[in-house]
Amino acid sequence: MGEILFYILASITLGTALLTILTRNPIHSAIYLVICFFSIAGHYLLLNAQFLALVHVIVYSGAIMILMLFTIMLMNLNKEDETHKSIASKIAATIAFCLVGIVLLAGLLRTKPVVESYFQSGEDFQSIKVLGKVLLNEYMVPFEFASVLLLVAMIGAVLISKKDKQKEA
Amino acid sequence: MSLDTISLSGKKMEVSNKKMSFWESLYLVAIVKGLFITIRHLFTRKVTIKYPEQKRPLSPVYRGQHMLKRDDQGRENCTACGLCAVACPAEAITMKAAERKPGEEKLYREEKYAEIYEINMLRCIFCGLCEEACPKDAIYLTESKVMVASASKREDFIYGKDKLVMPLEMALRNSKNKVS
Amino acid sequence: MESTIIIEKGIFIVIIFALTMVMAMYSTWAERKVAAWLQDRIGPNRAGPLGLLQPLADGLKLFSKEEFIPDTKNKFLFLAGPAISMSVALMTSAVIPWGDKLQIGGRDVILQATDIDVALLYIFGVLSIGVYGIMIGGWASNNKFSLMSAMRAGSQMISYEVAMGLAVIALVMMSGTLSLREIAAQQSGMNWNVFYQPVGFIIFLVCSFAETNRTPFDLAECEAELIGGYHTEYSSMKMGFYLFAEYASMFISSTILAVLYFGAYNYPGIEWAVENWGVNIANSIGIAVLFVKICFFIFFYMWVRWTIPRFRYDQLMNLGWKMLIPIAIANIVITGIVILLADKFL
Repeated sequence: MGEILFYILASITLGTALLTILTRNPIHSAIYLVICFFSIAGHYLLLNAQFLALVHVIVYSGAIMILMLFTIMLMNLNKEDETHKSIASKIAATIAFCLVGIVLLAGLLRTKPVVESYFQSGEDFQSIKVLGKVLLNEYMVPFEFASVLLLVAMIGAVLISKKDKQKEA
Repeated sequence: MSLDTISLSGKKMEVSNKKMSFWESLYLVAIVKGLFITIRHLFTRKVTIKYPEQKRPLSPVYRGQHMLKRDDQGRENCTACGLCAVACPAEAITMKAAERKPGEEKLYREEKYAEIYEINMLRCIFCGLCEEACPKDAIYLTESKVMVASASKREDFIYGKDKLVMPLEMALRNSKNKVS
Repeated sequence: MESTIIIEKGIFIVIIFALTMVMAMYSTWAERKVAAWLQDRIGPNRAGPLGLLQPLADGLKLFSKEEFIPDTKNKFLFLAGPAISMSVALMTSAVIPWGDKLQIGGRDVILQATDIDVALLYIFGVLSIGVYGIMIGGWASNNKFSLMSAMRAGSQMISYEVAMGLAVIALVMMSGTLSLREIAAQQSGMNWNVFYQPVGFIIFLVCSFAETNRTPFDLAECEAELIGGYHTEYSSMKMGFYLFAEYASMFISSTILAVLYFGAYNYPGIEWAVENWGVNIANSIGIAVLFVKICFFIFFYMWVRWTIPRFRYDQLMNLGWKMLIPIAIANIVITGIVILLADKFL
């Protein structure tokens, strides 16, 4: 049952990811990306990580993709405006992609299956209580760093969007 | 007293554009006040009447559908003089005159009568000028005591003599009442 | 054992689905009635006694209307818009505890479709998907007014989701759980969250108005500027789906308000009722109480609709970002301090 679901989800993920790149219409490709994100959330659910799945849905499909759709809709991209990239940059992109793919594949092939080394800690790490404790005790520093990073990004965005008062005067 | 402080109705309000304080800009107090105003209307008497079953009383001088009157002996008053058509500001009235034949004295009072008399109720504005213009007291707007009914075709609103002339029984009844 | 649970849940889901539909249907009727009453009118009273058959007549009318699809390249997306709106509006009810439990045939029947650990996050997740129905529908209509309205609805919903989330965080800090069942159970008797989190409640209330696109935040379907809003190009039952989804989500958000802040199915004296009258009767009353609360909130939605005029768009954004979010954050900080102090001294 789980395996069948996994294959279905994986095919949806891969299919929509490919369609995201291949469709010409930017809105369609954004919507394919949303479906792709949903299927990834499905993968999380298969791994019994409800919290991660829901946060993924809220953040990626609920917020980021909506903003993406926003910008695409407002930009009103047409076929005429489509920029044609030169052949050199196309070749460069393909080569770069292949290299990244090889690196990723090599990395994944070298990893050992960790199933044997699982040990029972007796704690349910899917429970948000345990998750919160782990995040705020053991991984306190990276957690706070991440929040500071986000804060800096936010302040930067506000600063950029603010009008320059001296220039106006 | 300067001109802009005079308020004849006593309801004049000064518009102020003062900056709202933080508490005011939350709108909470104003919203709660407004909610109380609207909820009070939930308990007030409803002004709607259920129309076809319930009808509002008509004013004694209301103007409804026209009626071409008959006199005491049941003869039509109208002589097709056309003064009503001239007076009509909406040009709703048309008519065609005809001469009374011998033997029709019971039907028409004068020698000339309206063979066709049509009012387009879609054009009519119920101003009552036709009633005022009529020298023979032939047309009245209150007498019929009916409102113009709705219809789904435009042609249905052109009322001919079949709908406008006072029914004979009504004229006879009226004359009976007058005698007694 | 497994199959009985599946059957039980299946029946329960069907009941909840039917209930949501009926509530949404009669919300349309209630909307017209309440609107009439607040304006000193009577409202629909021709179809059936008190106009109770009016929703059926409306539905029949919508079904028999001409189905019109504008000339667009995105027929599929055009059809997907109302479908997404509707399914999202119905999905949220899965995690809502409609009552404590009933004992049928010696078994405890839990009155909730599913009790997941992160129910509150699930609701927010589903809410955030809700924007897609409007955005996709508005864009696929191939009409600039629909697009503008979809934009407005989208940005409004994203902005108010932030304040809504922050308001709920203070509540979660107090209750220490994201499970709606536990939150409901914690508010037994008159121990309702609204007494501990009044500010959070008001923020949540305002945000749920914005999330359901109701007046005073119904800028998305602002007739004066945008014709009919994102569903301008829709006709027949597709249009009906959008309208229906609005009422369904109104029902659901009233339910969430009742569950989170107004003690869900709890009423004063529930323990006494359980002891004296038995679990079934006490909890049946609980379900009824929950529905009374829900109906009150639905009425409140309509009441507000006829009280407050529509906000201007910049006012809406100012209220969301510059008022509600700072207040929500302050609320979180104060809640945190109070919890810490209470831990120390009590």
